[in-house]
Amino acid sequence: MLDRLLSPVQTLGKFALLLARAFSSIDEIGTYWKNFIDQMVRIGIDSIPIVALSSAFSGAVLTVQTAYQLETSFIPNSIIGSIVVPSMMLELAAVITGFILAGRVGARIAAELGTMRVSEQIDALEAMGLNSISYLILPRVLAGVIMFPVLYVAACLIGISGGVAIGHFGGFLSAQEFLDGARQFFKPFDPFFGLIKSVTFGFIITAVACYKGYFTTGGAEGVGDATTEAAVQSCVFILIADLILAMLLL
Amino acid sequence: MIQVDGLYKSFGDLDVLRDVSFEIRDGETLAIIGRSGSGKSVLMKHLIGLLQPDRGRVSVDGVDLGTVSYEELRQIRTRFGVLFQGGALFDSMTSAENVAFPLTYFADMTGEEVQNRVDECLHLVNLADVGPKKPSELSGGMRKRVALARAIALEPRYILYDEPTSGLDPETSNTIDELIRTLAQEMNVTSVVVTHDMHSVLTIADRAAFLHDSRLHWMGTVEEIHQSPDPVLDAFVKANEYHVGNPSAIPSARSTPE
Repeated sequence: MLDRLLSPVQTLGKFALLLARAFSSIDEIGTYWKNFIDQMVRIGIDSIPIVALSSAFSGAVLTVQTAYQLETSFIPNSIIGSIVVPSMMLELAAVITGFILAGRVGARIAAELGTMRVSEQIDALEAMGLNSISYLILPRVLAGVIMFPVLYVAACLIGISGGVAIGHFGGFLSAQEFLDGARQFFKPFDPFFGLIKSVTFGFIITAVACYKGYFTTGGAEGVGDATTEAAVQSCVFILIADLILAMLLL
Repeated sequence: MIQVDGLYKSFGDLDVLRDVSFEIRDGETLAIIGRSGSGKSVLMKHLIGLLQPDRGRVSVDGVDLGTVSYEELRQIRTRFGVLFQGGALFDSMTSAENVAFPLTYFADMTGEEVQNRVDECLHLVNLADVGPKKPSELSGGMRKRVALARAIALEPRYILYDEPTSGLDPETSNTIDELIRTLAQEMNVTSVVVTHDMHSVLTIADRAAFLHDSRLHWMGTVEEIHQSPDPVLDAFVKANEYHVGNPSAIPSARSTPE
């Protein structure tokens, strides 16, 4: 009983210690520069197509649905832009990108590190005299924290473009009306808030996945469990962090 | 020299090692033998600090691994080459990149010198032409030989082999045994071979340490193995000979009435 009660505390302690060890060796990142660049490409650049696709559709669907809800002659069409753009910046671009990357990036990291653990590749790194945490975890978490805001900006731009395009070609409102509406209620804090979210989500996804993968036990089944848990728990923590950030900063 | 003093290790309720003490002399090849699950690999991981003992100590060249910082431990580990049971090759890299990996981080070499050393190591394990291949394109025996090439790349003082011949056919096993013997002689390294393959032990080792019931049950030279009156060791050796097809060791054949 006591073990079950202590388990979350132990997990949190283990997670904190792993990250502390990773970031205490941040001066070694130069040694693992190639690995760091490689992770930035894998986590960031390689994710652009799926992020672009999802954000374009999100922006388009949001525009269509907003237009549907405001279908009255008393409200000017430009209000659609005033609603869609902040919604993308404040919520959708970061959260949808977060969910997609929890699956794409989080699952991949957990599976990769988990396989390295069960096939003794992590032991081999340590046995050679390398700091496996510096080599494996630090580049991934840093790459996530750095590249996720880049993906967020891309998601915002592509999502808004999707909204403009569907508004124009769907006959809901002109591009000019959309952008006028966006400018009318634009707050510089909105994209800043989205960037804070994206950094937080990037950290959550990569750190949770690294933790799950690094401490994988039990062979192929263990790798499968680690992969699933990394994706699911990242999504849960994203939702919790989303609410906390909204309550603290808005 | 590696010294193991009063080593205890357990996982949960399971005692894996109890009061294990022995030393590994410079230049010798020591085989650690015992049944599956007897703690051989656990013991090997203690020799390089991958596992920490619950009690007791492991010293390498007079330095107690339990008292050094992580940075010092990493420094000590560069004196070792380790061949893991499955090879533990990095599957995202080619064979040549795997062998070059420790050189990239720990050797003060130019790119050309690294390439030359990689070629030399792969040639030493008779796999000069597999450099561009990924581990997934290699057979089990070839993977172990590439892993061996990686283990010797930095010219270590100590090489640890974890079940180097397990899962291999007899011919490939002989090739690996031959390599271990050649490396021990040519590079004058101290070797520790974890195995339950008595044929390997008799071929490559100078001494053997037999683990049984979580303890170091017997230790001696390979010549003494067959002369030992110890019934537990005798049963292990006989079972092993029976397994590899030595008819004289088959219990029923030996008990045939005259």
